Amino acid sequence: MAETGIGAAVRRKEDQRFLTGAGNYVDDIARPGQTYACFVRSPHAHARIRSVDTKKAAAAAGVVAVFTGKDVADAKLGSLFCGWMVTDRHGQPMKTTPHPVLAADTVRYVGDHVAVVIGESREAAAAGAELVSVDYQALPAVVSSVAALKSGATQVHKDVPGNLVYDWVLGDQAATETAFKRAAHVTKIDLVNNRLIPNAIEPRASVGDYDRGTDQLTLYTTSQNPHVHRLALSAFIQIAPETKIRVVAPDIGGGFGSKIFIYAEECVVLWAAKKIGRPVKWTADRVEAFQSDAHGRDHVTHAELAMDKDGKFLGFKVSTIANLGAYLSTFSSSVPTYLYGTLLAGQYATPAIFCEVKGVLTHTAPVDAYRGAGRPEATYVVERIVEEAARQLKIDPAELRRRNFIAPSAFPYQTPVALQYDSGNYVGALDKALKVADYAGFARRKAESTKRGKLRGVGFSSYIEACGIAPSQVVGSLGAGVGLYEAAEVRFNATGGVTVFTGSHSHGQGHETTFAQLVGDRLGVPIENIEVVHGDTGRIPFGMGTYGSRSLAVGGSAIDKAMDKIIAKGRKIVAHLMEASEGDIEFKKGMYTVAGTDKKMSLGEVAFAAYVPHKLPTDQIEPGLDETAFYDPKNFTFPFGTHICEVEVDPETGRTSIAKFTAIDDFGHIVNPMIVEGQVHGGIGQGIGQALLEACVYDEKTGQLLTGSMMDYALPRADDVPSYTVGLTTTPCPHNPLGVKGCGEAGAIAAPAAVMNAITDAIGAPLEMPATPARVWAALQKRAAKAA
Amino acid sequence: MYQFEYHRATSVEDALAKLKKASDGKLVAGGMTLIPTMKQRLAQPSDLIDLGGLKDLRGIKVEGGKVVIGAMTRHFDVANSADVKKAIPALAVLAGGIGDPMVRYRGTIGGSIANSDPSADYPAAVLGLGATIKTNKREIAADSYFKGLFETALEAGEMITAVSFPVAKRAGYMKFPQPASRYAMVGVFVADTGSGIRVGVTGAGPCAFRAKDIEAALAKSFTPDAAGTVKIASKGLNSDIHGSAEYRAHLVSVMAKRAVAQALGG
Amino acid sequence: MKVSMTVNGKPASAEVEARTLLVEYLREHLRLTGTHVGCDTTQCGACTVHINGDAVKSCTIFAVQCEGANVLTIEGLAKDGKLHPMQESFKENHGLQCGFCTPGMVMAGIDIRRRHKNPTEETVRHELEGNICRCTGYHNIVKAILTAKM
Repeated sequence: MAETGIGAAVRRKEDQRFLTGAGNYVDDIARPGQTYACFVRSPHAHARIRSVDTKKAAAAAGVVAVFTGKDVADAKLGSLFCGWMVTDRHGQPMKTTPHPVLAADTVRYVGDHVAVVIGESREAAAAGAELVSVDYQALPAVVSSVAALKSGATQVHKDVPGNLVYDWVLGDQAATETAFKRAAHVTKIDLVNNRLIPNAIEPRASVGDYDRGTDQLTLYTTSQNPHVHRLALSAFIQIAPETKIRVVAPDIGGGFGSKIFIYAEECVVLWAAKKIGRPVKWTADRVEAFQSDAHGRDHVTHAELAMDKDGKFLGFKVSTIANLGAYLSTFSSSVPTYLYGTLLAGQYATPAIFCEVKGVLTHTAPVDAYRGAGRPEATYVVERIVEEAARQLKIDPAELRRRNFIAPSAFPYQTPVALQYDSGNYVGALDKALKVADYAGFARRKAESTKRGKLRGVGFSSYIEACGIAPSQVVGSLGAGVGLYEAAEVRFNATGGVTVFTGSHSHGQGHETTFAQLVGDRLGVPIENIEVVHGDTGRIPFGMGTYGSRSLAVGGSAIDKAMDKIIAKGRKIVAHLMEASEGDIEFKKGMYTVAGTDKKMSLGEVAFAAYVPHKLPTDQIEPGLDETAFYDPKNFTFPFGTHICEVEVDPETGRTSIAKFTAIDDFGHIVNPMIVEGQVHGGIGQGIGQALLEACVYDEKTGQLLTGSMMDYALPRADDVPSYTVGLTTTPCPHNPLGVKGCGEAGAIAAPAAVMNAITDAIGAPLEMPATPARVWAALQKRAAKAA
Repeated sequence: MYQFEYHRATSVEDALAKLKKASDGKLVAGGMTLIPTMKQRLAQPSDLIDLGGLKDLRGIKVEGGKVVIGAMTRHFDVANSADVKKAIPALAVLAGGIGDPMVRYRGTIGGSIANSDPSADYPAAVLGLGATIKTNKREIAADSYFKGLFETALEAGEMITAVSFPVAKRAGYMKFPQPASRYAMVGVFVADTGSGIRVGVTGAGPCAFRAKDIEAALAKSFTPDAAGTVKIASKGLNSDIHGSAEYRAHLVSVMAKRAVAQALGG
Repeated sequence: MKVSMTVNGKPASAEVEARTLLVEYLREHLRLTGTHVGCDTTQCGACTVHINGDAVKSCTIFAVQCEGANVLTIEGLAKDGKLHPMQESFKENHGLQCGFCTPGMVMAGIDIRRRHKNPTEETVRHELEGNICRCTGYHNIVKAILTAKM
């Protein structure tokens, strides 16, 4: 293995700029003559807008322009949209919601956009926004999904009767019911997957810019997928043709899903920039982020698991109500359906599974994909009920899992919920986790904790995820509005350096390093001579962006495919120059050799020859060495693993501390183990956050957001989490050229169930996430009262 | 943020003169509460009078059985003062747990106490130790200082210059942080003053208060269990998404128990 | 109002509004955009700089309050192209991902190690209370601060 090749823990190329304050984030951008936007937001969860008076604001010092819902309607700006059409159990398309970029006549959540004030300075815009007088007629609001489904509940949208967007099912209901009839034991569980607010530390920001000379619009925006933004701004919002829009997503300070979606603010600043003929900048403050970033999770679930007398799983049924918020965000509909129901087999050979999901509107911020997106929710249901079953059957939780795992020999394995798992070795990861976590020594550690008056518990989570989304035909047949391939261009420069253009987007994942390793390893170019370019529709051929742990599996495979083309073209050039047959030319690590001779030529020399083609027959071989590839994956990838968490609960205060966290993951081949570990750490951190700390809370009566700042929404800090022990098993993905799977979401998917199973084990009482001290204490009180 | 006039005070008199002249002026010490409030446009002072230059208000003296801390002394300085650590170690512990390191470099004792934030730490020590609040006009006993939510006995034109803490025989402070803000959900300062037991509680109620039941129990037996077994009534205590009044009441006993253990050197 | 201070060893003065926060002054007047803003409530710590040697949240102090002060930002740490040992340690230990909280983490980390020569992991975790990272799960940040060669 080369020092910088595949498998090496290369220190990141991008770090130099981030560590010296030279990163270029959207809010760092200052365009000449730029103005500042401030949005007037609804203070009500639900209200009719009787009128909006902008006269005072428009006349205020430093205010450049004021726009309202009427203005965007008059300009015929299109509606924000949901790009995935889910079909319900009756074969009917789901209901959709119109979503103007500035509200027309009704506001539907606290923070909904009503108007925008553009000022010479941020302060002038903010002062102007205070002068916009909106006459609201407050209306009753419903924020809980369960309440929104009750008959007589307030309607969020008139075209969505009963607030039901879809009633969706997956699996064989009859087979599942039959399985339950045969069961010796049935375990039942009710779970809430708490609503989360993503909280990338960089708030969303956008700068719209317009060039009158070329009629070109440029949007600098916090996006995980700039080409998708361009497509949406053109085709849906109808601001301009795609040829006239450039979207740049420079350094982005974390996304976790929240920067995938098309938001009102970015549409408005781009449109307004052209309208006023000056750049318009908007940067969210944290309050706006809490109110208007797409939230995550928010499921209410009942599940039942049928087993035979030996604890073999016979059937599994799951019924979930998913809160989708007040409007359908870009990919919202797919998260609780195709990214959730399809994962309910977990790692188990359960023969019959049936799942039903009701997607529901409420007067809350839109809910969409957040790190893991559907898969954490699925894992939470599966791994909580499996552990509960183990407790009820008095079988060791590791043993119960082992009895039900899909065997390593059973792949490819068709689950009863649509997916075909390509590969796996679940028992391998479990065994390694048991060893690394010293499960055998748990009893001793528990005794020691007991001596100190603490309650110790252990919990497992053997998760599976479907990553590397996804084969375009498959997602198309399920209702996706786009294909989910990826694009890459590998361009040799005449002097030998390589520029790699990728449609993946890095917002912390370290693609500049990983992709350089990939290219350097295969093409024999030092990584310092490789430049990875991403996040600019003006430079990149095309791209679907980064989410769903897809960048290496899909984006990396596209780069690999472009390298195939580079190598093939080089072979042609070498064959010509060496007067050899193409079939005799071998390529390895940047060097072409002619079989059976000592003739050789480096790829660098080939590149020079390609760009200075004095000796090439350019009618047969085009000059230049620059290849583009689109890669459409053959299947999802299926990373898996087992995480084991040990907690210690202080029974006096209810405070939980994570005593030990072990993660054994299988991501297939690894390009940069340092970066992979970092991704796992980060995911676990967010998973622990969901389990112990984080909860988005709206007031049930008023619909006000009670966790509207970091003062009330608890983000994990350094002393809330432990150091993690992480390790790997390696089962390569069989269907992509790199054998890779994706690692970005594993921690967030696995950790919540592991932590909650551990707490349940420690306190012997059920409770919901987040397991705050107050809740744990209350659960202990309840248990004591019951015992008394 | 709204516009305001900024002034640097050169003395206490100068600060108060400037305050009087302003239509709606505010004194700013470390600014750790006021500036975030202004940023969110929740406060709109016409004038800000910066006390940062008042060196005389900064410093710690131990004299006559009292630790006297100038109003502009930073939490960092109290937490790291050898004198405080020796005389009232629990006070150094308390100061070292306020906010975070960056906040402790700016935040001051005067600013904290003048504000009477229901979840600030210092008020527990002020009550627990029976401190005296010194102002430009008078001295105010701890027991008559805290009046309610963000309300104190300070009058218009009155400004804290120092806080005088009697050295206790033994004392302890324990806080249970609210998980998000890390402010005290409950903080309990327990002191055996030599002439009686005092227990100051912050975070649990609308403003800091004394837990008389725990004081009585500890007067009989200054042990962790004596404090821990007192049941505090939850009536009137704060209740929010982070914890019910019952939970806070329970935490008062637990934190008192742990503060006593700390006082006893545990 | 006119304000003069030393920023990264160089004198800087400008006419600012009283309400201009130090972080706004650094980012918008001096174009030192390495110092970031991640919250409105003085919690995330992305804006941490050193003022006269102390780590301070530059979002909660007005520029005019820094008259005459010596301010050090992330841009001023590396000398002659050589990273500060804390920056070096963050790179070596992969203590950053998206890079947004990083300037604040590095500035806070230096301050922690100034006050604690050989801190324990527990001390570092506790001392990081005022800095929030959403990417790393803190594991490698803690390691970077613990092992920085300073």
